[in-house]
Amino acid sequence: MPINYYIVLALSLFAIGVVGVLTRRNAIIIFMCVEIMLNAVNLLLVAFSKMHHATHGATNATAGIDGQLFVFFIMVVAAAEVAVGLSIIVMLYRNIHSVDINFLNRLKH
Amino acid sequence: MGITQVLFWILTATALLSAIMVVTSKNPVHSVLWLIVTFFAISGHYILLNAQFLAIVNIIVYAGAIMVLFLFVIMLMNLNNPTHKLKNRVLQGVGGIAAGCLLIVLVAALRNTEIGLIENLGKELFTTFVVPFEIASILFLSAMVGAVVIGKKE
Repeated sequence: MPINYYIVLALSLFAIGVVGVLTRRNAIIIFMCVEIMLNAVNLLLVAFSKMHHATHGATNATAGIDGQLFVFFIMVVAAAEVAVGLSIIVMLYRNIHSVDINFLNRLKH
Repeated sequence: MGITQVLFWILTATALLSAIMVVTSKNPVHSVLWLIVTFFAISGHYILLNAQFLAIVNIIVYAGAIMVLFLFVIMLMNLNNPTHKLKNRVLQGVGGIAAGCLLIVLVAALRNTEIGLIENLGKELFTTFVVPFEIASILFLSAMVGAVVIGKKE
């Protein structure tokens, strides 16, 4: 498959994630849309890794392995981020008994 | 069209449709389930791109652990009642237009570029993966400690 199709797919997923972050009020759904964006980036990295391997694989057997390893580390960081982010959301709920982000303009006052 | 192409288009349609359903579902539990479908579609793409290890890790870590954690939090806080739809339709429209502009700009910017490789920098950076791996384990430790400290009852 030409790389352009993967680029457009990853960009569309990223844009859908951006729509979700900008439009929704529920903090948990905003967090899930951030995960959609991270996955779009992962998909793009793996597609480029395959492209790199296709162009340089004849000489170097492990060409393009870096993309896949980087995706692995992105998943590691995303897992840690979800743990801390969900604990923040739980503490938020304990204090104001809602996850509606429109309540969070306290710093404005 | 070969079987690879058919699979590519099916997986693409599934991923995009379920991502749109994540964003537009009223019930948070439905959003989580649609996100799991999205992750399965993306794992299918990984298999098509010859990254089988990443496909399995994606399913185990994302769909298996992270989404289950989301479901725990939603059930714990009893949020499975449908939330009210956003009252401000103008804001919804503006959000959609902003994301659409972002998509158009990015696609236009990447249409004709030569994707170059900074080979020497990459070789220097990636001669060993042990150091980032150890740092990632320390990152996990700090994330766990941080999550427990933040969530502790006084």
